[in-house]
Amino acid sequence: MKVLDRVGRATTEFFEYAGGLTLLGVESAGFLVRMRVRVAETLAQCFLLGVQSWIIVVLTSLFTGMVISLESAQQAVAFGVGNLVGGAVAYGTVRELGPMLTAVVVAGRAGAAIAAELGSMVVTEQIEALRSMALEPSRFLVVPRLVALLVMLPLLTVCADVVSIVGGMWIAFTYAHISYDSFISSARQTIDFADVFKGLIKSVVFAVIIATVGAYQGLSTRGGAAGVGISTTAAVVISIILIFVSNFVLTFLLFGGQ
Amino acid sequence: MMNGANGKKLIARLERASLAFGEKVVLKNCSLDVVEGAITCIIGLSGAGKSTILRLIDGLLRPNEGKVYVRDVDIAEMSEEQLIAVRQRISLSFQFAALLDSLTVGENVALPLREHSALSEAEIRKQVVDALDSVGLSHVYDLLPSELSGGMLKRAGFARAIVTKPELILYDEPTTGLDPIVTHLITDTICKLREKLDGTAVVISHDLDSIFMMADYIAMLFEGAIIAYDTKENIRKSNNPIVQQFLSGSEQGPIPI
Repeated sequence: MKVLDRVGRATTEFFEYAGGLTLLGVESAGFLVRMRVRVAETLAQCFLLGVQSWIIVVLTSLFTGMVISLESAQQAVAFGVGNLVGGAVAYGTVRELGPMLTAVVVAGRAGAAIAAELGSMVVTEQIEALRSMALEPSRFLVVPRLVALLVMLPLLTVCADVVSIVGGMWIAFTYAHISYDSFISSARQTIDFADVFKGLIKSVVFAVIIATVGAYQGLSTRGGAAGVGISTTAAVVISIILIFVSNFVLTFLLFGGQ
Repeated sequence: MMNGANGKKLIARLERASLAFGEKVVLKNCSLDVVEGAITCIIGLSGAGKSTILRLIDGLLRPNEGKVYVRDVDIAEMSEEQLIAVRQRISLSFQFAALLDSLTVGENVALPLREHSALSEAEIRKQVVDALDSVGLSHVYDLLPSELSGGMLKRAGFARAIVTKPELILYDEPTTGLDPIVTHLITDTICKLREKLDGTAVVISHDLDSIFMMADYIAMLFEGAIIAYDTKENIRKSNNPIVQQFLSGSEQGPIPI
């Protein structure tokens, strides 16, 4: 009976969580559709969540591109297909690693920041104060963060794509003597605009996940400072899991196994 | 228009309201009249559910059973959207002010006006300065909440509560944790604000001196229900042993320690 009880509780909690997350997303989308967006706050969040994540995104994508190139270039040259390295790096970066790594980095930084900030506001009664002033926390706090990530995450992804490919190109040239022209030519033959666009669609979905999960965890905070810590950790962990799961689903839907 | 047992006009009323958080019963068949134009103080033990009553009146919580009337309308049945209109007529001043720490004091006080009125920025600034001036804080407009002392924070919270000129102001423990001088200042401020706005207030406090200084009516909450409600003069003379023990602060009596 204890096992059944636990399973029952876990199932209820799962659906409560999924329902709460969905409701928050739908409510925020409703304000967005009705253009009830606080512009100044949204711009501030673009800076805090997007611009301030830029350097971390650049560093992680640069080294990821360099590692992919390092691993593949020497092997490719050894098998006489060095002219394909540019395509391999660009293909993996634009379709998968660029959007996903950027999202993971932003989830770790911005998602945690959203959950911690909103969680602190809950425990200091600021959220309740907003409600008592007849202000909806979802419009006041969630929508600006959602819009900021919807704008900034695709931009960061483009930035990550470019930096990663450039890093890969430099390593391919330095260690495997693959010329820049050959690398770029291979990349251009392998990927097209549709690949980039589909990668950006992924980043839009990831932005929704990071903002909604971060905000929901923050707004669900209970129990003071310890509760804020728990919410922040949960926001990052759940966001990253959902990013990986949705990445698989999106790859299947957008690229259809191609 | 609602009238209380004493024939006075009521602005709000709890009618046999019950509320529990899981297993913990906070209010049980709790009834309370809030007379228009008067200051009603709620006293009771810590954790008795006094703040819960304020949150019920503001629509932040809903009772499991019973009714919560504000101006003849049962707000317990209202949707969140309908409650927005009610909350614009009521202000809640929080125990720790609950100012948004990312905004300056001036921006905090201006917030309800910016969001709910079509006033120009110049007019909003004028009203914010006026509200801050009413609580003796006209010099802190550009400071952040973190730069204020406890007493100043509470008064800044008052300024935010009064800036929209609400019909009813709910004060949650406005004097808790303050020194006697600031406590007196806060109590005096609440009385002055009532006169200035010609409004109604419900105050929760443990400070009996403050309560008897500002209250018109006093309600005592005990074990989830209002067990005594009367004018402050009658409450002082009450024969209820629970009220008498609470007012005397004695350990001996029917209140379990």
